[in-house]
Amino acid sequence: MILLVDLCYRDGSLAREEFVLPIARIVESVGERCRIVHFTRSPGSAARDCKGIILCGTPIMDNGFMDDPSLFSWVPGSGLPVLGICAGMEILTFLAGGTIISCPGIGMTGVRVTASDQLIPGIRMFEAYELHDNACTLPPGYIALAESERCIQMFRDPDRPVYGVMFHPEVGNEWVVARFLTGYCRPSR
Amino acid sequence: MLCSGGKDSIYSCGMAKEREEVACLITVHAENEESYLFHTPNVCLVRLQAEAADLPLVETESAGIKEEELVDLGRALDIAAECHGIEGVVTGAILSVYQASRIQRLCRERSLWCLNPLWYTSQEDYMQALIYQGYEVLISGVFSAPFDAAWLGRRIDARALAELKEYARKYRITLTGEGGEYETFVADAPFFRKRIEIVAAEATYHNFRGLFRITGARLVDK
Repeated sequence: MILLVDLCYRDGSLAREEFVLPIARIVESVGERCRIVHFTRSPGSAARDCKGIILCGTPIMDNGFMDDPSLFSWVPGSGLPVLGICAGMEILTFLAGGTIISCPGIGMTGVRVTASDQLIPGIRMFEAYELHDNACTLPPGYIALAESERCIQMFRDPDRPVYGVMFHPEVGNEWVVARFLTGYCRPSR
Repeated sequence: MLCSGGKDSIYSCGMAKEREEVACLITVHAENEESYLFHTPNVCLVRLQAEAADLPLVETESAGIKEEELVDLGRALDIAAECHGIEGVVTGAILSVYQASRIQRLCRERSLWCLNPLWYTSQEDYMQALIYQGYEVLISGVFSAPFDAAWLGRRIDARALAELKEYARKYRITLTGEGGEYETFVADAPFFRKRIEIVAAEATYHNFRGLFRITGARLVDK
């Protein structure tokens, strides 16, 4: 079971279809089940029997998830592999001591891989779809794995499988989610 | 709600009505049938759809020239914001990054939200939902092999969907027509208070390209 945390403006919002369900379909395509919980509905307690966490994205203009960052204090303590997508990457940045900066980006962009990693082996460049108002600085100790002209597109915690991606992997880069799941979320707990 | 009159925008409108307040439909009439952004067959009948759904309509014209279309759409958004106080735009985009990213940019420039509830949806589930929920979706144009003239004006029902699935498998068309293989017109939807009855239409077809132009239509009780 993979926990998908919905960061959109309201539980059951119209944005869930756009930012959460496409990720759920990728999870299901690799044979995993998922549980979707809105960030205001105590997702930490729903994580207990899960093998991994995906913090999903939000629409541009939707930054309400940052109003009370203490709602995410359960994430580091879960000990689970985490993939933060766009807004989810912002949450990881905040939790790890990085900074969120204004940096809008909409559309396809070239992404250059800057460090080798299990999640992106043997890839030097790829195209990705970005949809963001903000970007993230590299949290202390984290490794930047990929970047575009505008911003860091992928980072990780060097000690734990905690990844952030600024681009939206459901558009042509489903492999990122699939590799995260198959690489880190397979062992049963 | 950005509305072309086709199934994707009307179905997205139905989703939006369930969870948000839909203030108006917005449509752009493109003169150019090859418009990059705007679906063109029967777009003039969005007026009737708006009436059927009891929603105001904002309409603008566009020559349908690449990129200039965005200025025309921006004008429509400005009118909708001024006249109806919209806070965001909902579109029926499914897979088109070209369409979605351009509309996202227009919205951001105006501090409007942009939502695409069909984005990367399961195409098969979506098509089945259209039928199951009672949307009356007609094929209003075909633009690729192997569609023949018999498809023009045909309702998408379970049998038609089975054939479309077969086409998708054999000919690599997108099941939803997102690749421009076919276009649709919605004559009835669960949230319409009246349905649209087509009283006159003309079909033209040549070499896997055809249009079903509705020349007469009226609202009737459901």
